[in-house]
Amino acid sequence: MTVVNTPDQLPSAPSPALDTAPEGGHSKRALLGLDAPLQLDSGALLGPLTVAYETYGTLNATKSNAVLVCHALTGDQYVASINPVTGKPGWWTGLIGPGQAVDTDRFFVICANVLGGCMGTTGPKDLNPNSCKPFGLDFPVITIADMVRAQAMLIDHLGIDSLFCVIGGSMGGMQVLQWAAAYPQRVFAAVPIATAARHSAQNIAFHEVGRQAIMADPEWREGRYLDQGTRPRAGLAVARMAAHITYLSEPALHRKFGRRLQARDRLGFSFDADFQVESYLRYQGSSFVERFDANSYLYITRAMDYFDLAQPHDGVLSAAFKGTKTRFCVVSFTSDWLFPTPENRKIVHALNAVAANVSFVEIETDKGHDAFLLDEPEFNRTLTGFISSAWAARQKTMP
Amino acid sequence: MRVDLRAIAEMVAPGAKVLDVGCGDGDLLAWLGEHKGVDGRGVELSQAGVNACVARGLSAVQGDADTDLVDYPTDAFDFVILSQTLQATRNPRAVVTELLRIGRHAIVSFPNFAYWRVRAHLLLRGTMPMTSCLAEPWYATPNIHLCTIRDFVDLARELGITIERGLAVDRSGRARGVGGTGTIANIFGEQAVFLLTTGR
Repeated sequence: MTVVNTPDQLPSAPSPALDTAPEGGHSKRALLGLDAPLQLDSGALLGPLTVAYETYGTLNATKSNAVLVCHALTGDQYVASINPVTGKPGWWTGLIGPGQAVDTDRFFVICANVLGGCMGTTGPKDLNPNSCKPFGLDFPVITIADMVRAQAMLIDHLGIDSLFCVIGGSMGGMQVLQWAAAYPQRVFAAVPIATAARHSAQNIAFHEVGRQAIMADPEWREGRYLDQGTRPRAGLAVARMAAHITYLSEPALHRKFGRRLQARDRLGFSFDADFQVESYLRYQGSSFVERFDANSYLYITRAMDYFDLAQPHDGVLSAAFKGTKTRFCVVSFTSDWLFPTPENRKIVHALNAVAANVSFVEIETDKGHDAFLLDEPEFNRTLTGFISSAWAARQKTMP
Repeated sequence: MRVDLRAIAEMVAPGAKVLDVGCGDGDLLAWLGEHKGVDGRGVELSQAGVNACVARGLSAVQGDADTDLVDYPTDAFDFVILSQTLQATRNPRAVVTELLRIGRHAIVSFPNFAYWRVRAHLLLRGTMPMTSCLAEPWYATPNIHLCTIRDFVDLARELGITIERGLAVDRSGRARGVGGTGTIANIFGEQAVFLLTTGR
């Protein structure tokens, strides 16, 4: 399948009214691929395409202080500013900002909505110029490498040759690894957090549960819900609830909720949300539906499932990093069972095997996979130390 | 900095690429980076030590000398350092071989079990010796393969390793014994520091 948009039918054209209006009004937008469309791993061509992004801080004269932050599955470009859809602060305000680990007084921070996303970057809810209807399932299947290619087009567009640092957790960490493997000359330092070089069978299985929940919702309409005026809310909420459990840990769930009852003092003998944990998950599911597009969820989870950095190198992961000069800092969390420490350690072993400059820190926490989004002082110290020493090293290399 | 670390630091060439196995909190790596412009990496068993290294801007990974050195490619470093760790490894012979595969030089330091105070302690008291280098009682020590300077010299010969320098060091950090590999060193050296190469 080939998807080539013509410049007069731009994918940045307003999408059909979506009651959640997830396109943030504040993002900067870059229209990319006008000269040459983006060649996707699937063989399809996509272009031109829009990439929505946020920036913080100022690019210096030598353009050496750019930090690219890659967001996770359901994240967005609002990493350190108010999200216009939810009205909530950015998802990494504890790490990115003036005087923070990634100091925006010193660094120029860029965060873009991923390809296939629903916060302003071209995705399945945008208009297909061939039909003048939303793409739906006619959108080409994308990969992590495709997301990174789109980001690289954005970085080119911003006139930046080499990034000082690429940082990201979970799916963002996959993008960090892909950046370092595909563009080693353009990445001075890389921080893959709570991630893996390939998506595990267990994680693919969880994603499949989520996708089947969406596709089983009669409102999904084979992906054509936008032009048919419905939304698969129930399916998307169930997908989110199942995924959310994997982001936590049993100790964290127990600490937060235990078996405590919600707004009642005895069991209801019904299927209402008797337990606080049920009520919490229902809230997570329903609030997610307000900010996320179901088809985007299908495409982005698929991209994660397909990720396997060793596969193009006959299964030898270290070959993906051969000769790398990038300085790496791999971070894992003890209670993360979605991307457990051994998965992160495989990355470290591969980097050791090519004598790369790599640090590896495992943070002790009971907060599960979500720990990378939460206030973890040890994680903060690690990142601060790594970033400042990498920055000192980079300045030595500058003319 | 620890006495044996000072002796090790002197053996490292300026600007070298160094892997410090059992780097602890990174004191040696930090010193080498600051004073000798060394490109240093660390491996440390304790996660707390690794986290401390990274927080102070050093490159370090959590790992075990017995199992993780095999990951590194041959000749990846100019110097591989193993300070006060050899005696705690499960297979010291294999570890020494790995050190000299990964690095063109290896620097190894260990407490000398033939030190006269150790000998005297066992001879006179009849209990397991404790000195400043062997600080834990027998039931709590991480050391499982203690050796003497003479033992190590024999091992080096057996493995075809050249001892470029040997230092027998006392508690105050002064080198004792001519050459550091002979009988005098074996009696009066509290710890030993060896600079090794295979001459590859």
